[in-house]
Amino acid sequence: MNDAIWAGTVTITGHEQAELEAYLARPLGDRSRGGVVVIHHMPGYDEATKEIVLKFAAHGYAAICPNLYSREGAGVAPDDQAAAARAKGGIPDGQLVGDVAEAAAYLNSLDHANGRIGVIGYCSGGRQAFLAATSLRIDAAVDCYGAFVVNDPPAEFPMKVKSLLGRAPDLSCPLLGLFGEEDSFPGPEEVATLAAELEKLGKEHEFHSYPGAGHGFFSVDRPAYRPAAAVDGWQKVFAFFGRNLSA
Amino acid sequence: MCTYLTEKIELDGAGKGGSGWFTVSEGAVYVDHPFHACHEHTVNIDFTNPAEGPSARVAVELTEESALALIEAIQKALAAAPPGLASGRPRAAAP
Repeated sequence: MNDAIWAGTVTITGHEQAELEAYLARPLGDRSRGGVVVIHHMPGYDEATKEIVLKFAAHGYAAICPNLYSREGAGVAPDDQAAAARAKGGIPDGQLVGDVAEAAAYLNSLDHANGRIGVIGYCSGGRQAFLAATSLRIDAAVDCYGAFVVNDPPAEFPMKVKSLLGRAPDLSCPLLGLFGEEDSFPGPEEVATLAAELEKLGKEHEFHSYPGAGHGFFSVDRPAYRPAAAVDGWQKVFAFFGRNLSA
Repeated sequence: MCTYLTEKIELDGAGKGGSGWFTVSEGAVYVDHPFHACHEHTVNIDFTNPAEGPSARVAVELTEESALALIEAIQKALAAAPPGLASGRPRAAAP
C-alpha cells in the first residue's frame, strides 16, 4: 500500500485570469484517481480547511482548495482577507463558478487524473458547491450546511447573493447534503424544500440532517464541532465520492 | 448560524495591528462565528483602514456580556472626562 501524499501551496489561474493561491494535496502513487475541489467556509482559507484537503488526499483523491479571497491581496493574512471580503458582501457568484472551474481543470491536468471531479463546500461554500454543480459539468457535489440555496438572504443582510432554487433543473450531478437539525441558516424547512424540489425534478440526491448539530458541525477547531455528526458525515462523503468519482 | 449582518461606522483614530500603528478610518461590528475566540458566536469588531489594505485591521471578538461591559466602560470614561476633551472636531478658539 502506498498512502504517501504530497501537499503544499500552489498558484492557479482563477476566473478572468486572476492569480489564486491554493492548497493542493495529492497521492504520490500512480493509481488513477478522481479530483475534489474544496470550497472553504465564509471565515476563509484557514488551517482547518487545509486539513480537509489533506484528508481527501489520504483517502486517495487529488484535492485542492483555492483561496477564494486571494484577490484581497497577496501576502495578506487569510483572516484579514476574509474580513475584507465580508465587508464587500462576499464574493460574486460568477467569480466563484469561474474559480471552481479553473480549480477543477487544474486537478484534471495532473498526472493520474481520471477526469472525474467532485466539489464539496462548507457554510457559504455549501451554497457555492450547489452553485458550481448547477453551473458546471461535474460528477458529484456535497453541500455542507449551505444557507441561501432556497431562501434569499434577509433584506438587511449585506450579501449580494440570491436563492439558487431556480437553478435546480440544471443540477449536473448527484448531490449529497449534510445538515444540522439545529441550524437556522439553512433551517430544516429550507432543507425539506430543497429535497422536495430535487425529488420533483428527479435529481439524484441524498440528504442527512443530524440531531444535536447546528451550523459548522464539521469544524474541528470550533465549539460547533459535533463529533458524532462529523464522523458519520465523513463516512457519507467518502461513500458518495467512492461511488461517483471512480473511473 | 452565520448572521452576515454587519454594522459599519466611520471612525477617526488609530489602532495597532500586525505591522504597527495605522490610522483607523472605519469600523465593522457583527455578531457571528469568531475566528479565534472559543465560543460559537461572538460580537466581532474590526477597526480598519481600507485605503491601507486588508492588513490594516485590529480585530476583537467578545462575548455579548463583554461587549456590553465595554460599551458601559466607554460611556463611564467619557462621562468622567470634560465634555469634548477627546472630540475630533476643531475646538473653538479661546476668547
